Amino acid sequence: MDNTDDFILEVKDTTVGYSKIDILHGVHLQLKAGEIVSVIGPNGAGKSTLLKTIFGCLKPRKGKILLKGEDITGLKPEKIVRKGISYVPQIANVFPSLTIQENLEMGAFTRTDNYSPRLQEMYELFPVLEERKHDKVNILSGGQRQMVAMGRALMLDPEVLLLDEPSAGLAPKFVSMIFEKIKDINSTGVALILVEQNAKEALSMANRGYVLATGRNVLNGEAKAILANEEVARLYMGG
Amino acid sequence: MFELITYGIVLGSIISLGAIGISLIYGILRFANFSHGDLMTAGAYIALFFITGPLAWIGIPDNMFEPFSFGWRIVIAFPISMLAVGGVAILLDRVLYRKLRQMGSGRVTLAMSALGASFIIRMIVLIIWGADYRFYKPGILRPALELPLGIKIRPDQILILIIVSILVISLHLFLQRTKMGKAMRATSDNMELARLSGIEIEKIIIWTWGIGGALAAAAGVLYGIDVQLHPGMGWNFLIPLFAASILGSIGNIYGALIGGLIIGVVQQVSTAILLPTYKPAVAFLIMIVILLMRPEGIFGGSRT
Repeated sequence: MDNTDDFILEVKDTTVGYSKIDILHGVHLQLKAGEIVSVIGPNGAGKSTLLKTIFGCLKPRKGKILLKGEDITGLKPEKIVRKGISYVPQIANVFPSLTIQENLEMGAFTRTDNYSPRLQEMYELFPVLEERKHDKVNILSGGQRQMVAMGRALMLDPEVLLLDEPSAGLAPKFVSMIFEKIKDINSTGVALILVEQNAKEALSMANRGYVLATGRNVLNGEAKAILANEEVARLYMGG
Repeated sequence: MFELITYGIVLGSIISLGAIGISLIYGILRFANFSHGDLMTAGAYIALFFITGPLAWIGIPDNMFEPFSFGWRIVIAFPISMLAVGGVAILLDRVLYRKLRQMGSGRVTLAMSALGASFIIRMIVLIIWGADYRFYKPGILRPALELPLGIKIRPDQILILIIVSILVISLHLFLQRTKMGKAMRATSDNMELARLSGIEIEKIIIWTWGIGGALAAAAGVLYGIDVQLHPGMGWNFLIPLFAASILGSIGNIYGALIGGLIIGVVQQVSTAILLPTYKPAVAFLIMIVILLMRPEGIFGGSRT
């Protein structure tokens, strides 16, 4: 517990699974304030499960999750979201029949103060959303939906944002744009855990990285070092 | 013919109130509420109870509410009945359906438990009030007004259309303008994401049952005003209610409104060639045709 204060979020030796099968086996992860940590690894490595566990959607069988030193293990998502973490799932991450603005308002559901300044900040971050704010989300493109999803999660002004494969299924021009937006979000002081298939892109913008395989930590360290690691490149980056 | 269409719109507006509740509950809970018709019955009889019971005891006069066919007490009994049935619906959820949900029961189990609840409600009504037809004010019949274009409509029916309009517009404003209303639509869209956004789902569920129950009560009282009260009245509405909500794409309350009006008009117009006792069969036929031809309903296709 000695260096807990250095980390805004810490996953300690966490085991979690569905019914009888464990997906994560004693996984650890640390996030410092303001940094980007990328979690990469092959399909089925447990990357999405790790985010769901942090956010309380799954209850760990073993291990601890600490937010600024406070034990949040086993808290439900509706409680965790009030503590300064927001989560963007990979799929079904918008309210399709609601308008863009209503989606963002739902992100601010737990706020009791006036959130219109924050709404304005979101429109500055994603100008295309302001132009179409009264359109229903189900008519938007994949890239625009992803912006709505991130905007919704950012409405609470979180210190930590969990992003699950934000580039999945997007056209190439949107992929680079979404990554630019993630950098912009980070530059406002939000610490990010970025789960990605797109390992090269994700690592090149991250401070540090974690490689998971079959639910276990394989490697972690400076993102540059992981990018330079030939074995990781061969196994997880298709080159 | 015009007369049948007018009566069909009145009947349809009552069906709409019930169908909106069914659609709302289904949209959020994926729950086919087979007790909805009997919540209507409960509403009609709770209003009757207050008119003939407590409001009489405390000495509130029941002078005729001109030009309508009922007395003034109903003005108080109507909202009380809406609140009471909203409460009954919430109570049923808390003591019955929520337990089943937590046990991970499937949709069929939940629908059957709702069916069971509907029997209980109907039997309670039958035990207390008996099987006879009842009226809010017995023996009063107002002649229909003759409007231009040969439209005939009773003053009661004009009032029914006004009350339904007020309720539907209020619900619309609630769902579109208020934080809780928007959260209900969000939950209907994507319950998991609503939870991740910090929306308390149980609170949403309570609101949903409260609104659904209150609208069912309103439908029951309005039908009691338009026609009469009978312990089987709501049960007979069950198929038209589901036909209307499926026709209008279940989960879509605006669809349920339109669906209710269509079912009401078709049912009434059918009496020009069929015996009125076949009205539920007509609704059933429409439902079967929709389920075969376009199961997502006329407004369907965009749900996720």
